[in-house]
Amino acid sequence: MNAPERRNLLMTFEVTPTSHLLADFRARGGYAAVEKALRTMTPKEITEEVTASGIQGRGGANFSAGRKWGVINLSDGQPHYLCANADEGEPGTFKDRWILENAPHLLLESMLIAAYALQVRHAFIYIRGEFDLPYRRIAGALDEAYAAGYYGKPLFGTDFTCDLIVYRGAGSYVCGEASGLLSSLEGKRGYPRNRPPRLTVRGLYQRPTVVNNVETLSNIAGIIMDGTEAFKSFGTRKSPGTRLVSISGHINKPGVYEVEPGRPFREFIFDTCGGVPHGRKVKAIIPGGISTKVVTGEEVDRVRLDNEDLATVGSGMGSGGMVVIAEGTCMVRLLQVLLRFYHHESCGQCTPCREGMGWMHRIIDRIVAGEGRPEDIEQLKKISAWNDGNTICGMGDAAGYAALGILAKFGDEFEHYITHKRSRHDGNLECRAST
Amino acid sequence: MKHLIAEFDQLRARLPAGFDSSMVLPCLRRIQEDRGYVADSDIDGLVEYLGVPRIQVEEVLSFYGQFRRAPVGRCHIEACRNISCSLLGAERLIDHLSAKLGIRPGQTTADGQFSLATVECMASCGTAPMVVVNGKYLESMDAAKVDALIDANRVRAAE
Repeated sequence: MNAPERRNLLMTFEVTPTSHLLADFRARGGYAAVEKALRTMTPKEITEEVTASGIQGRGGANFSAGRKWGVINLSDGQPHYLCANADEGEPGTFKDRWILENAPHLLLESMLIAAYALQVRHAFIYIRGEFDLPYRRIAGALDEAYAAGYYGKPLFGTDFTCDLIVYRGAGSYVCGEASGLLSSLEGKRGYPRNRPPRLTVRGLYQRPTVVNNVETLSNIAGIIMDGTEAFKSFGTRKSPGTRLVSISGHINKPGVYEVEPGRPFREFIFDTCGGVPHGRKVKAIIPGGISTKVVTGEEVDRVRLDNEDLATVGSGMGSGGMVVIAEGTCMVRLLQVLLRFYHHESCGQCTPCREGMGWMHRIIDRIVAGEGRPEDIEQLKKISAWNDGNTICGMGDAAGYAALGILAKFGDEFEHYITHKRSRHDGNLECRAST
Repeated sequence: MKHLIAEFDQLRARLPAGFDSSMVLPCLRRIQEDRGYVADSDIDGLVEYLGVPRIQVEEVLSFYGQFRRAPVGRCHIEACRNISCSLLGAERLIDHLSAKLGIRPGQTTADGQFSLATVECMASCGTAPMVVVNGKYLESMDAAKVDALIDANRVRAAE
C-alpha cells in the first residue's frame, strides 16, 4: 500500500543553496500575501481571519493567536509592538531554526501582515544569542527586504510603514518566556513578569505588545493568501494546520518534519523517522520539549499526534521538540540531566523555583551517587507540587511536570536505584549496539 | 570601547525613541566580540554613553550565560550536555575533550590556547552531540572530529 500523501504548509519547497534568498522566495509566490492583505483587507479583518483559522501558538502554550491579537485596541493612540519569539531553547526543540535558516522571508512577510493588523510601527525578532547561521540568515533576509522596500517604506500605496529590528539574546533559557523576553529586550535581566496585566495590555516599555512564536507567525502569510478553510483542512478540528516537529535522541532519522495533527504517533516514529537504532524498542518519548510529560512506548502505540489525544496520556505537543528514548536507557540519570538544566536556568526571582530546583538537583545527584534515601522519591514529588502554580512564569511548573511525568511512569527504576545503590540499566544514556 | 561608539550610534538611530535601555545587550555583545570579554573600563564607558544605571549593566553581565568578565582561550570550546546530546554520547565526548586538553570544563590551558566549558541546549539536537567553537556550531561530533579540531588549532598556534 502506498503511504498516505503528506501535505505541508511550511516545508513546501526543496531546500537548495539559494532557497532562502528573496529571489527564490518571490519565485515561489512570496510577498503576494502581504500585498493582498494591504490592498484588500482592513487590520480588523486580518485579525478576524487569523482568529477564524483557529491557529494556536506553536511555542508550547497553544493559545489562540487570533484571540491574543484581538486584545490590541487599534484606536488607543499609543504605540503597539510585535515581537517574534526566536529564542528557541526548550531542550529537544530546533524547529524554528528550520524556518530562520530556510524560509526567513516567510517570517518577514508574515510579520509585515501581523504588524499591519496590529498597527505596529516597530517590530522585533528576539533571537537567541548563541544562534549563528539562523541569525546570519534572518539578518541577510532583512537586508534584502529593506532593499526591496518591504520594510522602512510605505507599502502598496498605503501609509503603513514598518521597521524591524533583530535583537540578539545573550544566553538565558527563561528569556524564551514571553515576559522574560520583553524584559531582556528592554536591556535588563530576563525576569518574567506577573500577569495581569497581560503583555497585550502592558508589554514592551509598558505598551501593548504581541509576542508570537516564529512558527505561529510564519503561518500567517499562508492563512491570508489561501484563506481559513484551506488552513483548517489540515490537522484536526481542535488542532488545525500543521506542526513542525523536531525529533532527536535515539532515532534513526533525526531532523525537522512537518506533521499533520491526528497522525498515529507510532507511524510517525517508525515509518517517517525510521524507528530506533539497532532495532531497539521505544522506552519513552518526550513529545514536545522536556517540559511536557514523558509518554511510554506502549502509549506511543495507541495515541495520535495531537494535543487532544496526547492529553489522554497526560502530555501534549508542547514546543514540538520530540526526544526518543530507547529501551535500556537509565531514566534516573536522564532525570538528572533535566534537573541539572532547570537548576542552572532558574532565574532566581521566585523562591519555590530558585530553591526547589536546587533541592531537586541535589536529591537526584545523591540518588545517582548511590546515596539515595527511601523518602527521596516522595520528596521530589512534594517539591514539584510546591512549585506548581506558585511561580511567576511556567518554568517552575515545567520542571515539576518533567520530574512528575518520569516518576509516575518509571518510579520503579528510582526505587531500584535507591535500594540497590546502582542503576538497573548500568547508568546508560546512550543507545549502542549490544555486544 | 570608545572606537565602537560610531557603531552604537547607528544602532541607536534604528531603535524607536526612548529605547536607550535596550542598547545594553547589543553594546555588551559588540564589546565582547571586540575584546573577548567585558572589562571594568567597558562598563564605565557604557554607563557614560547610555546614561543607564551602572547596576543595570552589572546585573545583565551576571545574568546572561554568554557574557564573560575575563578572557578565555583563543580556541574556546563549549560542549552541550543537555538531553539529546547526552543520549548520543556527550558525556564521553566531554571526558575525551578534558583528557585531550588536560583541563576540566571551566578551565583554560596554561598556554592560553584552549578553554573548555559545558553549555545547555543549543537547539542543535538533531545533529547531536555538538560543540560550539568560538561561536560556530560544529555538529554531529565524535572523538575523531574533536581530535582533528584540536590538532588543527595547535598547528595554527605553533605557526
